[in-house]
Amino acid sequence: MQILTTSIGRKILMAITGQLMVLFVVVHLLGNSSIFVGADGINAYAKHLHDLGPLVWIFRLVMLSFIAIHGIYGIQLTLENNAATPQAYAVKNLSKATLSSNNMIWTGLLILLFIVYHLLQFTVRVTPDIVQGVDALGRYDVFNMVVTSFKNGGIAALYVAAMIVLFLHLNHGIQSFFQTMGWNNDKTLPVISKLGKVVAVVFLIGYSSIPVFILTGILSK
Amino acid sequence: MSDHKTMTLTLIVWRQKSANDPGKFETYTAKNITEHHSFLEMLDCVNEDLIAAGKEPIVFDHDCREGICGMCSQVINGAPHGGQERTTVCQLHMRKFKDGDTIYIEPWRAKAFPILKDLVVDRAALDTIIQAGGYTSCHTGGVPDGNAVLIPKPIAEEATDAAECIGCGACVAGCPNSAAMLFTGAKVSQLALLPQGRPEAAARVTNMVNAMKECGFGNCTNHYECQASCPKGIDVKFIARMNREYLKSLFS
Repeated sequence: MQILTTSIGRKILMAITGQLMVLFVVVHLLGNSSIFVGADGINAYAKHLHDLGPLVWIFRLVMLSFIAIHGIYGIQLTLENNAATPQAYAVKNLSKATLSSNNMIWTGLLILLFIVYHLLQFTVRVTPDIVQGVDALGRYDVFNMVVTSFKNGGIAALYVAAMIVLFLHLNHGIQSFFQTMGWNNDKTLPVISKLGKVVAVVFLIGYSSIPVFILTGILSK
Repeated sequence: MSDHKTMTLTLIVWRQKSANDPGKFETYTAKNITEHHSFLEMLDCVNEDLIAAGKEPIVFDHDCREGICGMCSQVINGAPHGGQERTTVCQLHMRKFKDGDTIYIEPWRAKAFPILKDLVVDRAALDTIIQAGGYTSCHTGGVPDGNAVLIPKPIAEEATDAAECIGCGACVAGCPNSAAMLFTGAKVSQLALLPQGRPEAAARVTNMVNAMKECGFGNCTNHYECQASCPKGIDVKFIARMNREYLKSLFS
């Protein structure tokens, strides 16, 4: 299978898995925003998700495989690129590369670390800040758990920082998808680049608003 | 008169005796340089002084000195060919510099382009990529009628834009990953756009992409530095077209 070995083939696999994860980021943001409805919103949403049973596990395995494919190729590609440039220039004057495009491997690895922390906190629920309980309707009280954790300034700040890292990754990643798939030309590139940035900003604001609103007391129990 | 004003510049130049020599930077002074000198003529003046002093002149590649041969493999102050838009080193003029400037001059640095001496690199890897598919196989014989194969004007124009590539390797030198995607993308696109190139399009893109890897070039991560470095302004849309051709080849 030459798609697994050639430069462009692996790039296409990275682009597709990356973009499918962006779709997950969209759905996750929509789901999270049910917290603004209050305890009834997010607790009901969480219960619906958990009632899907085995589907949840299939979904988790699929997401895990996306992370694995995207991550393994990302690391491999970075190592190969470093090997292709054995000696650095004494002076390097980049004109098009950005903070985002230059640090994809680091922002990617930081996001991976954040995902591990995020799952341990709100999915496995083993971090010390977690308050477990059920609401009046006997559902797992996600609302209380999240609000209690984000009342901690350090945790809220960590989430906002992680979303800035995600923004840096997607600022380059979203537009990159279209170029790699070949769905691009000189007329579409500037538009796609701007749209990619706008979508990345929407994620940054949308996700960050939850810890910020809770910490500032706008959203409370 | 500005014509009589001269500049004195400090050059920090990469000197390397041979492919296996580790190489190092040496500092030189360029004197009596006018704004009308091209960058290569400035180096000629420095070399005249070096020769007069009994020292080894700086070895650099050059050929046409009119911006079309692509031999001048110099990264000047961190940008291939000095960073002026659509400019080779011979077309870069000293009026772009000021008296007293310090200028770093380095060869292309990429695993696929071994340094032979000083600022001269071996760009044969680009030939290897072309040999892998950068051609059309056609039977010789009588000259066909000029209008026997119809090509719409916009397509012919776009193919010509891609064909502007002079194979200088600035795209590789400018790329943080030392990828040769703009060079290969330009050739794949030029031939894929034209009816003469279509029959071999799938095999061509596969073979040329494989050759890039075998030659030790890096992978593209869409920085688009290549387009900024290209002395012919070749657009990264040709990389997108090559990616498109590659995807198509997977299903052919």
